[in-house]
Amino acid sequence: MTPRLLAGPEFELGAERLASHLERLGPLPDRAATADLIGTLETSGLLGRGGAGFPVGKKWRSVAERAGGGGAVVLVNGAEGEPLSHKDRALMSLRPHLVLDGAELAAAAVGADEIVLYVGAAHAGAQRALGRAVAERAATSRPRSVRGSATGGASSNARLRPIRQVPIRLVQPPHRYVSGEESAAVHFVNAGDARPVTTPPRPYERGIGARPTVVQNVESLAYAALIARFGDDWFRSVGRHGSRGTALITANAPSEKAVVLEVELGATVGDVAAMVEPAIRQDDVQAVLLGGYFGGWLPAHRAWAFPLDPGALKEQGLSFGAGVIGFLSAQACPVRTTARIATYMAAQSAAQCGPCVYGLRSIADAATRIARLTPLGDDLANLERWAGQVRNRGACRHPDGAVGLLTHALETFGPEFYQHQRGRCSHSAQVAPVTRTGRVA
Amino acid sequence: MARRAHALRVDRIRCDGYGMCAELLPEMIDLDDWGYPIFRSNAIVPDRLVEHARRAVDVCPVLALRLESVIASAPPALAGHGAGHRRG
Repeated sequence: MTPRLLAGPEFELGAERLASHLERLGPLPDRAATADLIGTLETSGLLGRGGAGFPVGKKWRSVAERAGGGGAVVLVNGAEGEPLSHKDRALMSLRPHLVLDGAELAAAAVGADEIVLYVGAAHAGAQRALGRAVAERAATSRPRSVRGSATGGASSNARLRPIRQVPIRLVQPPHRYVSGEESAAVHFVNAGDARPVTTPPRPYERGIGARPTVVQNVESLAYAALIARFGDDWFRSVGRHGSRGTALITANAPSEKAVVLEVELGATVGDVAAMVEPAIRQDDVQAVLLGGYFGGWLPAHRAWAFPLDPGALKEQGLSFGAGVIGFLSAQACPVRTTARIATYMAAQSAAQCGPCVYGLRSIADAATRIARLTPLGDDLANLERWAGQVRNRGACRHPDGAVGLLTHALETFGPEFYQHQRGRCSHSAQVAPVTRTGRVA
Repeated sequence: MARRAHALRVDRIRCDGYGMCAELLPEMIDLDDWGYPIFRSNAIVPDRLVEHARRAVDVCPVLALRLESVIASAPPALAGHGAGHRRG
């Protein structure tokens, strides 16, 4: 497959410079050519890549209608707090101009006069790349910069109306799981507190400075910049098993190594396993985590032929999420892995809503006791009851994600949990698909 | 068919789990293992309980509980889409 989002210079060269970006892709289409960009995005079927998979065109239209031509804000979401995901920082670090193109197009399309780059404080490389890219763009007026490029002919046209450049600022939210949730992002920019707020109103209604705000993941924006240039038919021209387009994913190998890849949507988990070097063998994997800590588990034998397609995943009660795939080693104890994830999710609660604070803590403690073969009473029954009690009872969906994954684990690894409750563990190793260092392949 | 109804709403961030609502409206409100309210029947308040619901709202020490007028069958626009966090 020809890469799209990650096309361009070798990754070892780092962030692509403006000249290379323009030579490769040409200038941003002018205002006339992108007059109906929202319609094109709607037709393309592009879904948001931050986790919830909301249609991008529909979101932009909601904000455009409320803004009525001006006063909106675009928040470029590069928080990437999901511990198993590395694809957003890879994209920002390698192709910053594509992300900024998308942000400028979004601003023009919805009527925004400000762009906020919201980049996780831990993502230093991404911040450097974006900061330099913003400076490069400011230093070079757009028509001049495209002279001599392959598609630069249009720039000499005096009637060309480049899309208006709007002020851009960079903010750095703390590196926490919930920092990237859209109401948390808006709250951080407004009040310096990256914790979710009670909704409604949602950001598209009342966001930064009480203005209608598009909160959009960096990959979604980068893709919008490509669709603006090449059209919705182009977007839909690749994909497998009825899915359309490509996506960035982070594959977390049983060895804990994380690799960012661009894959056709509809490619199977087995396809992804074969793309990782060295290839991941099905025999070495007992289960696959799809959608990250907001997702769910599939046993390896079912996962291998399963397509990475948002629709197919949804039918299984799973989600594509932010494109995280975790391969759990055949030697790992899935109960210990579940306890570790539950502990992480409890610690990452924004500590605002009772059911999330106390529920996730209770769940993490019980899961840990079970994993250590020291359950307190019928902890397994407690886990099941608490999972039911916590669901849908937070201001944001953090507790829902945590108990959703727990429920999946109880279904997928039921016999293992039962054995642990009775004091027996059949695994010795404790390797979990929890990554410490990421790498781009 | 759509009809006007009353629904209980709680601001989850504001709620501190005093539990007084559950004492005044046990027909509709259970408490979870940590003392926070869980609504029965989709939080829609039957007409015969509306007065009791108002009283429960009035006694909430942190003003977290509200009674909202809703159209019983209409889903809220753009709300609660998908399973994940909304991160765009």
